[in-house]
Amino acid sequence: METVKIIKFHPEKCKGHMDCEVACSQIMHRNDKGGDWSAIRILKTENGWEMTDCNHCGLCIDMCPVQALKRLPNGIVVIDKKTCIGCQSCVAFCPTHVMRRAPGEVVPHKCISCGACVRACPEGALELVEVPISEIQETVYHKQGDCQ
Amino acid sequence: MSSECLNDDTNARLIGKENGEFSTGNTKHEWDREKLRGAHKVLAEFIFKKRPVDKGYANRMLFVDLTKLEIKELPLEEDVKKKFTGGKGFGLKKTWDLVSKDTKWNDPENVLCLNSGPMNGTTQYSGMGKCLSTTISPSTNMICDSNAGGYFAPYLKFAGFDSIILQGKSKEDVLVLIDGLNGKVTIETAPLEETNAHLLAEQLTHIYSEEETESSRQKIATVTAGKGAENSYWGILNISFYDPRRKVARLKQHGRGGLGTVFRDKGLKALVAKIKDFTGIENNPADVDKIAKVGIKHHTQIRNNDKSQCNMRTVGTGNLVEVMDAYDLLPTENYRFGSHPKASTIYSSVFYRYFTQVIPDGCWYGCVMACAKTVDGFKLRTGPYAGQMVTVDGPEYETIAGGSNMSLWDPEWILEFNFYCDTYGLDTISAATSIAYYMEMYEYHILNKERCNGLELCFGNAQAVLEFLHRIAQGDKGEFIQVAAKGVRRVKDWLIEKGWGDPDLIENAGMEVKGLEYSEYVSKESLAQQGGFAMASKGPQHDEAWLIFMDMVNNQIPTFKDKAEALHYFPVWRTWFGLVGLCKLPWNDTTPLSNSKTEEPAKVPEHVQNYADIMSGVTGWDISPKDLIDQSERVYNWQRAMNVWFGKGRRKDDIPPYRSQGPVTKLEYVSRQERYDKQLMKLVGLSEEEVENLTVEDKMKLLRDHRLDQYQRLMDAVYFRRGWTPNGVPTPQKMKQLGFEDEPEMLEVLQKAIDEDDKQNLNVWGANYKEGDEIPADTPRYWEKW
Repeated sequence: METVKIIKFHPEKCKGHMDCEVACSQIMHRNDKGGDWSAIRILKTENGWEMTDCNHCGLCIDMCPVQALKRLPNGIVVIDKKTCIGCQSCVAFCPTHVMRRAPGEVVPHKCISCGACVRACPEGALELVEVPISEIQETVYHKQGDCQ
Repeated sequence: MSSECLNDDTNARLIGKENGEFSTGNTKHEWDREKLRGAHKVLAEFIFKKRPVDKGYANRMLFVDLTKLEIKELPLEEDVKKKFTGGKGFGLKKTWDLVSKDTKWNDPENVLCLNSGPMNGTTQYSGMGKCLSTTISPSTNMICDSNAGGYFAPYLKFAGFDSIILQGKSKEDVLVLIDGLNGKVTIETAPLEETNAHLLAEQLTHIYSEEETESSRQKIATVTAGKGAENSYWGILNISFYDPRRKVARLKQHGRGGLGTVFRDKGLKALVAKIKDFTGIENNPADVDKIAKVGIKHHTQIRNNDKSQCNMRTVGTGNLVEVMDAYDLLPTENYRFGSHPKASTIYSSVFYRYFTQVIPDGCWYGCVMACAKTVDGFKLRTGPYAGQMVTVDGPEYETIAGGSNMSLWDPEWILEFNFYCDTYGLDTISAATSIAYYMEMYEYHILNKERCNGLELCFGNAQAVLEFLHRIAQGDKGEFIQVAAKGVRRVKDWLIEKGWGDPDLIENAGMEVKGLEYSEYVSKESLAQQGGFAMASKGPQHDEAWLIFMDMVNNQIPTFKDKAEALHYFPVWRTWFGLVGLCKLPWNDTTPLSNSKTEEPAKVPEHVQNYADIMSGVTGWDISPKDLIDQSERVYNWQRAMNVWFGKGRRKDDIPPYRSQGPVTKLEYVSRQERYDKQLMKLVGLSEEEVENLTVEDKMKLLRDHRLDQYQRLMDAVYFRRGWTPNGVPTPQKMKQLGFEDEPEMLEVLQKAIDEDDKQNLNVWGANYKEGDEIPADTPRYWEKW
């Protein structure tokens, strides 16, 4: 487990179709709503399009009181919905704000690097790339506090 | 697994972990679970219908009679819900229903209630898993309430019951199993298990978990006491919460008032609650989105601010040690002083190096304040477990400051004290405050080695402190051990009876009110805090009112009226947490950055609104911040009224020992002479020359007369604000206003008390008012005009 696949965004290619979000919400919640039901989010800014998505840094793993989050052998960080107790700790502490909660639900959803969004994008603005885990990993818990 | 240390390379246990397993390094125990379980004999069984919680309420209570071995469920009446809300409110109501005014703590009739509350068990906001328990206390012989984290209260509710009411006494040691998985409650013997908490909790967690998995063990919560609880008035209840990373059944404590003493007296060895699944929305809240939104906002605030505010996530409540030391509020040498040159040896930065920093250390799911710190792999030096490596849950501020009070300046002795108090089922606060008092008496030769059954209880003698605890747990029959294990009040009486010292010194140096020992803050310079401690319903515990900073540091409540308002609002507000099953710390140990700009920053208005929103979200009721206060004021007054019923709850019962109000000894005066001399000029009105010409004894007397009169004025103002008679009795008129018009028996109790006070001419103001002084009301019988 030295590398992990994460989503890379090419903003210059994005036209804001949001097909990626719809594809994601189909995977996450079996609906076509995108938006709050999607793990990947595309947001319009003054400078064009921005994407937020999980980079599998793994801080959430140590935040979870019931060990519902774990890193798989392929490096992907996943949430076990049956174990999750909906406390929202991971949502609030996610350093990139990509652990999210869909309306009416307490179990958060997160990107599993399945690539559905990459395949859905007609512009080729998304890409799955392999990065060393050591580059993105947050060695985590105690860094949230101050010993002085 | 990689190890890393941020700022120090000694003794640190900072584990930055990947997917590796964390190991505590604790001594491992092998249990023959089948043999342990096989020896259990089921004495009674009760099958109940499983049903979901409805918007925060299970809507029934579990009643267990340990004498008759009878188990039944009681419906939760709507009227009780409306008047008492939940938690401690239910405990008070059921105690009122089931005992008499003459019931003593060790009568079979006494009831021990463990309660949840409507918001209890919510996981989306910090601090929502508190158990609120009530009983008639051995220390005070009236109601004592105590709260603790851990998983028991939520699991009790999710198994099917808002409260468990335990009455009677079993002839042999038993445990009560509340099995929410199978819809069954049993009373069982448990003859082979250990009694001390750290082992018993582990055994029971393994015995009763459905599968051999960490997840399954997390669905068990136990309540245990320990050998010490059997032989002292300081018995605690340890509530477990299984930690899957440490693989330890960790413990949180119902510390105050001897609940564990009552537990063992009833023949209870343990309670066990077991649930099937847990998703975090077992409360079936009315509006989960509302709760989650507020929760994420608050979690994020803690994430962003805690590091620069209280640093709870890293060092827990111990962050207060250095603050208290800096403000002369850290009790040292039995509250004689408020700071010490050696105090930095027990600052939180020292304990930081012992605390394991790996994990979300909340004592209930979703608490990101995460102040439940531990020291893992701690090697014990004394007692039956000497040489073993154990997990120490804590130390928290009170325990560290208790160490300071006994002049223990070695953090490892504080850890040893902490561990043995917990596993023996002893309250670290009452134990430390009492031992510190015994040490002072030892210093004055009022006590000595012979009188202490061979213990050299001088300040700083950690070995003697630990030996004392071990001998309590062993059931030592020495006269001193027996009396001293009952606490400060009994030792005062014993010393006076023996004629071993100046009764005035013996009375005023011992820090107890109503029979309960003080918690660990020096209140000498804060009049409001003197009231906060001594007027607290159950006895002097800071959880009802903590006003020191408002009063003496920030000078926010200068007048008697201001102080009285604070002593109305804050005790009532803080009581509210005990009704709904919450922890108070996430209310004001973290604040929004904008808080200081609000009109009333001490109240943390944004957080009060959060609680109103969450209560609305759970119950579906339309709740405003004022509604929360109304809920609480009802129960607050009911508890005081019950104190009156028990023959207490009067002005005489709210008088503190002078040690909490000012310098009892010359040494104390001289150590802060500049401060006290200035006060004689500024507050008493003496000239500099007059002060210079007085002896220390004369100055002490003048200061004392002034402070005692100030305290009487405070009581007058507070009782008036609360709607109580000048002798401290809640008036029937007040109780009717609060919604108790249909509780004729209680109204009669109060009227009778007022009539009795009339006969003794006690319904008059306590202070000596001079012309021009502000008196709380035109007439001391002001309520009759309502």
